Amino acid sequence: MPESLAPVSRRRSLAALVALTAALGAGPALAQVRIDIAGTGGTRIPVAIVDFRDESKSPQPIAAIIRADLERSGLFKSVDAPGAISETSVPVFPEWKARQADGLVAGSVNKLADGRLDIRFKLWDVVKGAEIIGQAQAVHPEDARLAAHRIADVVYEKLTGEKGVFATRMAYVTKAGRRFSLVIADADGESAKVALTSPEPIISPAWAPNGRELAYVTFESGKATVRIQDVQAGTRRVLADFKGTNSAPAWSPDGSQLALSLSRDGGTQLFVINRDGSGVRRIAQSSAIDTEACYSPDGSKIYFVSDRGGGPQVYRMPATGGAAERVTFGGGYNISPAISPDGRTMAYITRTGGAFRLSVMDLGTGQSQQISEANDDESPAFSPNGKLIVYASRAGGKEVLMTTTLDGKIKTPLLVTLAEVREPTWGPFTSQ
Amino acid sequence: MKLTRYALTLIAAAALAGCGSTVKLDEPAPVVTAQSTTPPAAQQQVTTPVVPQSQVKPITLDEQLNQQVQGKRVVYFDFDSDAVKEEYRPLIDVHAKRLNNNKKLALSLEGNTDERGGREYNLALGQRRAEAVAKSLTLLGVAGTQVEAVSFGKERPAVQGSTEEAWSKNRRVELKDK
Repeated sequence: MPESLAPVSRRRSLAALVALTAALGAGPALAQVRIDIAGTGGTRIPVAIVDFRDESKSPQPIAAIIRADLERSGLFKSVDAPGAISETSVPVFPEWKARQADGLVAGSVNKLADGRLDIRFKLWDVVKGAEIIGQAQAVHPEDARLAAHRIADVVYEKLTGEKGVFATRMAYVTKAGRRFSLVIADADGESAKVALTSPEPIISPAWAPNGRELAYVTFESGKATVRIQDVQAGTRRVLADFKGTNSAPAWSPDGSQLALSLSRDGGTQLFVINRDGSGVRRIAQSSAIDTEACYSPDGSKIYFVSDRGGGPQVYRMPATGGAAERVTFGGGYNISPAISPDGRTMAYITRTGGAFRLSVMDLGTGQSQQISEANDDESPAFSPNGKLIVYASRAGGKEVLMTTTLDGKIKTPLLVTLAEVREPTWGPFTSQ
Repeated sequence: MKLTRYALTLIAAAALAGCGSTVKLDEPAPVVTAQSTTPPAAQQQVTTPVVPQSQVKPITLDEQLNQQVQGKRVVYFDFDSDAVKEEYRPLIDVHAKRLNNNKKLALSLEGNTDERGGREYNLALGQRRAEAVAKSLTLLGVAGTQVEAVSFGKERPAVQGSTEEAWSKNRRVELKDK
């Protein structure tokens, strides 16, 4: 149950707001774009975030990052927060009430003997005049940004009841001329870091559930092979290099194995392989193309694309293999399934009149809805809290990454750069 | 003595007549020089190498077939199709001949699609096209180990652009020596 910190009428409109929007953690790297929700009639939670004491000890501005995360979500409004209090202070609540703040955050940055930063904060309910939560984290100075995102996630969760994704990461591919890069960035598009650069294409990156490894398809050896890279260590190994084409890696939810598309037996067919590359076994048999496998979050089913019925459609079958049932029926071309963390919604791409459009399906009712009006949408992926979908699209004549709420009502460009960007995938929650 | 001089002359004439030569002795001996009267351009053709009569020069099919596949390295496809069209039958034939003639040769058959549609599904469509060409070759006796069908999907367009003309040039299989 979310902390109740506002009068009932405000809480109701807040709930409506959360239902309508729930947009968060998304913003372009180069252009500041505000999510405009003025038309929804809801109010944003006013929060005061005071600059942390001794914040200059951190290479990143902690309070400013928290403010930006919360504001970008569209559910919060930053209130003027002067003064110099920290988590050890006792706030003078009438002062903050007068400033119209519902929530108050203050903290401090301390340097430890081993060089790490000890970053502490407290969140107060101004209306109730009580502390909600206080936390401390010791981080490497290079993780200062991550620490700020974690605090924003805590504030978000305590005040909305939903888990925040500010501290998660994205992976995507960029193309500049004949240079392809596999890039990892914060969920806000900032702090982009290159994991791999290649003169040949890279496609289908897939985060391991542990958030530390990326599987992807690379053409560097003259054909498609699948590699797994340890992102932090910068090491990698070949997962699949069988005869023909090796592609579409998809991790099982427990991280022990991956589903793959292999042409080693002729055609493109579905296989499963252990994460160490052993034990490859075929899990479906058809004379058609079977590809783009995607595990259900509970690991019991695999969704996949097959053109056994003529054009490509989404099917699902038991994860160990077995009879497949068709899932999509609208139109002649449905591909790229992604399943929400609660297993109830499927995002996919449908071709309609020559345009390729992001759509969502309620898996319980089978009802579908196109949520994009663009022409070249690709590769949707859910945020780990299931509130947003990131996908590749075209805008202004170039490839861009977009995030959208599940109803398609609030769309934000995540990344607009000089390079072409494609193939986004959203990393998991990571524990501290 | 008149007789001696006359006799000498007679004897000399007889001796010369017996030689069978009509060269007059007081003319200089003709010197064979090829350069003197022929124009420069024709000089090259005048000298011919000496070829042993017993020589047998073999014809190597390798070289002939290498020649014959030049400029015949791409098969194009219709939209949404992996059918190898009739017009490519001669191309397939000559590649099959070349591979059958030299079992050490191997080809990578690289399938491609135009830019429309998803990356992974297009990778599979390109694979289908490459395998269709592979099948055409193996039906003509080429060993399966001599051909590997791979796909680049839509990742390696030959021609940039979003017109049917560009698209038609990208729906292809390239036959490359490994």
